[in-house]
Amino acid sequence: MSTAAPQPKANQGQPEPRIDARLKVTGGARYAADIPLSNLAYGVLVTSDIARGQVRSIDFEAAKATPGVLDIVSYGDMTGIEKPQFGSAYTSLGPLHDRTIWHDGQIMALVVADTFEAAQDAARKVKAEYEEQHPSGHFGSAGTETIPAKGHAQRPKENPSAGDFDGAFQSAPVKLEAEYRTPTQTHNPIELFSTTAYWTGKQLTICEPTQSLYGLRGEIARQFRMDPADVRVIAPYVGGGFGSKGPSTPRTAIVALAARRLNRPVRCVVSREQAYTTMPYRAPTRQRIRIGATPDGKITAFSHEGWELTSRIDNYAVAGTETTTRLYGYGSVASDVQLVKADRQTPAYMRSPPEVPYVFAVESALDELAYKLGMDPVELRRVNDTDREPIHGKPFTSRHLMACYDQAAQAFNWSARNPKPGSMRHGDWLIGMGCATAVYPTHIAPATARVRLRADGDVLVQSASQELGTGIRTVAGQMAAEQLGVSFDKVKVEMGDTELPPAPVSGGSNSTASVCSAVLKACQQIQERLFRAAVASNNGPLAGRNPADLAIRNGALVAKDGAAQKLPDVFALLGAGAVEEYAEFIPDGGPHDAVQKLYQGKLTMTGGPEGKKAKYAYGAEFVEVRINSRTREIRIPRLVGAFAAGRIMNTRTARSQLMGGLIWGMSAALFEATEIDERTARTINRDLQDYFVPVNADVQQVEVILLTEVDHEVNPAGVKGIGELGNVGTNAAVANAVFHATGKRLRQLPIRLEHFVA
Amino acid sequence: MNRFSYVRVASVAEAVREIASAPPARFIAGGTNLVDLMKYNVERPERVIDITRLPLTAIEETGEGGLRIGALVTNTEAAYDPRIESRYPLLSSAILAGASPQLRNAASVGGNLLQRTRCYYFYDVATLCNKREPGSGCPAIDGINRIHAILGASPHCIATHPSDMCVALAALEAVVRVTGPQGERNIPFQDFHRLPGGMPEIDTNLARDEIITYIDLPSKGFAQNYTYLKLRDRLSYAFALVSVAAALEMDGEQIKEARLALGGVAHKPWRDIAAEALLRGREPSAKNFAAVASKVLADAKGYGSNDFKIDLARRAIVRALSQAAARTPQSQTDKRIT
Ligand SMILES: Cc1cc2nc3c(=O)[nH]c(=O)nc-3n(C[C@H](O)[C@H](O)[C@H](O)COP(=O)(O)OP(=O)(O)OC[C@H]3O[C@@H](n4cnc5c(N)ncnc54)[C@H](O)[C@@H]3O)c2cc1C
Ligand code: SF4
Repeated sequence: MSTAAPQPKANQGQPEPRIDARLKVTGGARYAADIPLSNLAYGVLVTSDIARGQVRSIDFEAAKATPGVLDIVSYGDMTGIEKPQFGSAYTSLGPLHDRTIWHDGQIMALVVADTFEAAQDAARKVKAEYEEQHPSGHFGSAGTETIPAKGHAQRPKENPSAGDFDGAFQSAPVKLEAEYRTPTQTHNPIELFSTTAYWTGKQLTICEPTQSLYGLRGEIARQFRMDPADVRVIAPYVGGGFGSKGPSTPRTAIVALAARRLNRPVRCVVSREQAYTTMPYRAPTRQRIRIGATPDGKITAFSHEGWELTSRIDNYAVAGTETTTRLYGYGSVASDVQLVKADRQTPAYMRSPPEVPYVFAVESALDELAYKLGMDPVELRRVNDTDREPIHGKPFTSRHLMACYDQAAQAFNWSARNPKPGSMRHGDWLIGMGCATAVYPTHIAPATARVRLRADGDVLVQSASQELGTGIRTVAGQMAAEQLGVSFDKVKVEMGDTELPPAPVSGGSNSTASVCSAVLKACQQIQERLFRAAVASNNGPLAGRNPADLAIRNGALVAKDGAAQKLPDVFALLGAGAVEEYAEFIPDGGPHDAVQKLYQGKLTMTGGPEGKKAKYAYGAEFVEVRINSRTREIRIPRLVGAFAAGRIMNTRTARSQLMGGLIWGMSAALFEATEIDERTARTINRDLQDYFVPVNADVQQVEVILLTEVDHEVNPAGVKGIGELGNVGTNAAVANAVFHATGKRLRQLPIRLEHFVA
Repeated sequence: MNRFSYVRVASVAEAVREIASAPPARFIAGGTNLVDLMKYNVERPERVIDITRLPLTAIEETGEGGLRIGALVTNTEAAYDPRIESRYPLLSSAILAGASPQLRNAASVGGNLLQRTRCYYFYDVATLCNKREPGSGCPAIDGINRIHAILGASPHCIATHPSDMCVALAALEAVVRVTGPQGERNIPFQDFHRLPGGMPEIDTNLARDEIITYIDLPSKGFAQNYTYLKLRDRLSYAFALVSVAAALEMDGEQIKEARLALGGVAHKPWRDIAAEALLRGREPSAKNFAAVASKVLADAKGYGSNDFKIDLARRAIVRALSQAAARTPQSQTDKRIT
């Protein structure tokens, strides 16, 4: 055990090293664009220089004359291919279906050549003539259109509300009203976006990093009007996605079309620069919070309004109000979400899509309220803690928010904090300490898995889930090892291919709960068969016993009294060398055709506020900031988070996810913003030099505390998703600490040194 | 990136011949800047002349008490050379404040001088830019200009020179030795980089057909009282918003000589000799340092998103001079705060 492999507490699994750790550090793990193919051709995208208008003409002459160029796919070539469908694709825009430009850097062509270099050279020579229109790229730009999210977007179904907010707010003795802003952010997974496509007769194979193999298969089959069974999608490993690789993109069909035209495999790796405009992003938001409270801190009225930017053609909303309105025991609640339609590409999911921006506002506002009341911020949260969510009064399956606060506060030494802003100092450095709540709804989706146990104890687990680096292969393997009584090194896990039984999108932090529930079910079916064989045998050691009294341990079936039969002997009874079971898991309350939908690549994820009880994971995050009193640079020496998220399958991978979350949270607070030039609606910073994320030296101490939490109601695996929990609230904790250090309240991210100089 | 031909040269004379005769050509040394610019189609040389095998890889004594650094010495080799570390720690520190270890391992000293601005619009060939396309316009002036100049800019260009190493070289009064068709010449560091004026497309006074061969460091190294203070958005792999190279020669409690150069604020490493003179014979006090800062920044001008740099530069100058006076130079390696 070590810091990286924390000692498991009750209801926590062993810190097994990642099953693919060695492969990854030795370069042996193959990503989609690494898959070797013979006779490969290379595609490079040509993208627009304007954000709004029409392509009057496009000149390919010089490009075509470039040695090595094989084909150019552009306007007029998509006949017979459907446009993408918003929902399974991040946008409904079919960029080559017509000549309208809807956003900066929109795809105008794909140039395919013998070599990547020739394709690049040719792509640069394509010249387009535009009929340009003045774009509106910002919230404030003239020409944007504001519409309610409800009724126009998938979320919110209803704007959550409770009681009489207006009345309660009016009569509240203490009132707070504040506006907050969050910027556009870009995912920047280290693995670039890519598509490789090839046809074998009428069968299409796509190698592409995706968070949803079956989703991509279904969508591509729909666009090409094919039977999904004729499409195979492969993504052995995915080098980070964070939501950006969840929905499909218009690129895939274009590359697949080129491969069909050339009857040759085509690979297109999108440049980092083009990823900023051909892929989605986290939408910027503006938010208004109003809180009414009593002098002792009890909140009696809470209102949260949000404005989110979206494209002209799709109404994408995250509506984080669905979570924030259920975060505390507010007396009365009002909420609203508006969409501002601008000349930008459509945004999409980015790690904790609704919670990151909306919880920033709420948790900043609570800190402001605590100061207004002269109250400790932790105590303010305690006073407003609740065992029922306030919208429908549903109880939670479990909620240990204040236990998280208590443990994190102790580890952080919060009691040493002098609450007076600007009062703590060490040498040239002003010290600030802040905290905030992390919350994430627990989602679950239907999933399937196939598990095979051999007589010698070797186990194979198969499920078309996606390994994004989170550790899903590892925890799925741990679940099987545990259930089948074999050591972890006997388990092999296969994922990342639609030839395997379907698993849901790796999104909404549902994977561990969903996939492990399916693996659990398949293992139980195997147990059942082995137990029945053992008890039904005429004269075996377990003959005539009740199957319910048996268990598998260390390669044998064992009874409570110690009687045992070795696996090979049980297999001999069955007359089998291996037992294989396929299982379909449908969550409680899921639709009866949920698995059929899963095969079609359609998502039926449930959880959070839905169902009889509300399901959320919680955490408390504490941050220490230092601000140089002379030159104002901002540093973060310490991040501490305590989290309660049901059963922890593996303390190593869990800590790693939450630590990554805390670091990303601090990054969102201090570093990240995609800058859009007001005049042209074009992206200014389009690489990792100008889009800042922290380097190692920016991150010092990060401590993750995993609480024991047992929750039998949340789902069969007892697991709450943690992939997105860690980076919720961190940005507010940072902003709150910055206020404590300086007395300056910053309600807009990112917070940078220019905010502290004249 | 465009197609180009490639030639590797074996002597300085051959390099000069090649650059003078070829169609649009560029030398390539470490390639850390040139290749990036080619990928963005900002640089489109038809010919790339590889100079990495030239015998310009040594650091030698000059005979006048200084050091001569070959143009192909890597940034890392220069930073960790024991003579530079002990006699010119300001230079060593400035180099280590730049880029990342991997980049410094590849980057050459000559290439560092000629790295181009990091202006976002300069990098985006779809936008206008006077530096890229003379006479087309400067979108940075009314656009996003957080990293742009506050000193010495012109209505034609407000770009900054991004180097850290050059800021120290300016403070140390290095001399750039170059060779061209007419032979060798020396360019005082002060005169090597240009202000944009009406011709922002020209970064330096190096002629198109000349090659940098050496950088000479004069004997005076200010090894006791110096600092390189760099303020940036993250602790590595980020250019300076403002940086300050400060070096003092003390005579008891008095300053005998002061050198002060700023990075990230102008089209060239910004040295203000008149402001330095204010410190001569003075005590190292906060008040005197503030007076220097005021003088340096008297004509500073912001363009919107970079307005903050004026006050930041003021603060950085005072802090850096205090560090130099107190012999507590900024560490470039220990970045923890406790
Ligand atoms: C992500 C990133 C971050 C960086 N951060 C920093 C930073 O914080 N601080 C900093 O100072 N620098 C930074 N750099 C820049 C780096 O220092 C320069 O790219 C490097 O010094 C250039 O040296 P090179 O040998 O690679 O030059 P090359 O790329 O090979 O050449 C650059 C230019 O110089 C010309 N050239 C090279 N050698 C000669 C010569 N001897 N004579 C005439 N012309 C020549 C070339 O023709 C070319 O035009 C960063 C670079 C990157 C990519
Ligand atoms: S500041 Fe200079 S480099 Fe930048 S856009 Fe203007 S002219 Fe071009």
